[in-house]
Amino acid sequence: MKNERRAFILKWETEMKYQIVRAGESRSFSEDHQLVAGAEDSGEIVVIIGANAGNAFRKLGTTVQQAAVLIELGAECLGVHTGEKLALEGSNVLGFARFRLGEGEPANLVELVRQPRTLETAVAVAKQVFESAGLQVAVCGDFAGRIIDRLVRPYYNAALTRLDEGLASAADLDMTLRLGLGYPEGPIELLERTGLADHYDATQALFEAYGDAAYAPARRARVAKQRQKTLEPQMNADERR
Amino acid sequence: MTTGIKTVGVAGSGTMGAGIAIVAARAGFKTIVYDTREEALARARKQTEDFFAKSIERKKLSQERVAGILSDLSGTTDSGALAACDIVIEAVFEDIKVKHGLLAQLDKVCPPHTLFASNTSTLSITEIAAGSGRGDRFVGMHFCLPAQLMKLVEMSPGLKTSEQTFQTAWDFCQAMGQTPVKTRDSPGFILNYFLIPFNNDAIRLVEAGVAAPADIDRAIKTGLGYPMGPLELLDLVGLDTHLLVAEALYASTHDPRAAVPALVRRMIAAGHLGRKTGQGFYAYQGGAMFGG
Repeated sequence: MKNERRAFILKWETEMKYQIVRAGESRSFSEDHQLVAGAEDSGEIVVIIGANAGNAFRKLGTTVQQAAVLIELGAECLGVHTGEKLALEGSNVLGFARFRLGEGEPANLVELVRQPRTLETAVAVAKQVFESAGLQVAVCGDFAGRIIDRLVRPYYNAALTRLDEGLASAADLDMTLRLGLGYPEGPIELLERTGLADHYDATQALFEAYGDAAYAPARRARVAKQRQKTLEPQMNADERR
Repeated sequence: MTTGIKTVGVAGSGTMGAGIAIVAARAGFKTIVYDTREEALARARKQTEDFFAKSIERKKLSQERVAGILSDLSGTTDSGALAACDIVIEAVFEDIKVKHGLLAQLDKVCPPHTLFASNTSTLSITEIAAGSGRGDRFVGMHFCLPAQLMKLVEMSPGLKTSEQTFQTAWDFCQAMGQTPVKTRDSPGFILNYFLIPFNNDAIRLVEAGVAAPADIDRAIKTGLGYPMGPLELLDLVGLDTHLLVAEALYASTHDPRAAVPALVRRMIAAGHLGRKTGQGFYAYQGGAMFGG
């Protein structure tokens, strides 16, 4: 298996090309990103980017001849697009998303989603595609929230709740986590910068997926979302005027 | 800033106690470290001398300055020596009975003006203070590990802490060159309240087969810019230490996220405690980490 994988990677490094299929606006990649700029018109690897990547995948028809097909994911699982059966699902199709908090810039990290029987060769070339574009890759199973959202959303909810309960001021909470743990930004300033309403959307989706109270949106996130809903029609009306 | 504090006592000469003593002595306070175990004091003295030797090597402190600091820093197994202290910071085992026993003894020894502080990371300041005989002159001062390098100190008043006590302790903390932050007397204060459940959640992802430790750590470091991934950090801290702190936090909060995942107990049973045993979520050989 190791030799087979090594031979495959060697083949990829020398011969394989990837093509980009655009399917709406991508939260992961802008047009000028190295990954998009380095694509060819055709290739043995297909990378589908954009909010409608799943639909575009279905329109591709058979993809068994490809080395890998990579679908940009939103909050949904890869299985929504590939189907699942008996926990034996998996092929040359993988999902991916570049981690991004709300309105912040995308991080240099791609979460690469595999299924139980995903081909190891497909995982290897998918990693190569992203790494050759200067990105770091973390491979994970096909679970809602993948790795980062699953870990940080309960932490953000707890921080917002404890702020409401007066554990410390927002500035002290943030400073403690920055100085004590070396985090680049405290949770409150981070959420205020990237959007509390966006946090609501992300954590509410996980709450629905897992039913775990830790994902239930904190009060401040709920308020931000309600305010967004209240203000949006008014802003749209102002724009029409 | 005048606090009236000239002599500092540190009770307990483990990793935290030794670090706190370095901070106090380095800031110019006469510092007395108390421990019942002669060998623990000797070990702390050796670690302290090694630390200051490095400070000289890195030209952070002069040889003369270090000689002065070390002459002001003494160790004792006699609790009576703490009678000379204006503040005593306890850094003994995280067990309220142990702390109460020590503080009751010190209350008899120390003069009324001596402030007591606790370096607890998980226990209630008010509950510890209740066994000190001087609840109004008691304050939480939680230093971060390693205390001699980390500036942050979480400072918490108990329900009976007087404003004057808190202000004096705050000023003293700043006089040591530390950065105090005020937090309520609440389990885990800020750092552990957030860190322990976060680390438990990361362990649960490994347990559930969501991703391998290296992938989880890479995601957190690259995606969020954290200096260490949660599983690397747990290996550094030690799974046995994590178990103790998490159990204490869970006992206070009953937060399901603070409950220790079963995998931790299995790893401890297998001797996979982290870096110190050469195997945790990663394998280690010498200083090198494998599987990252």
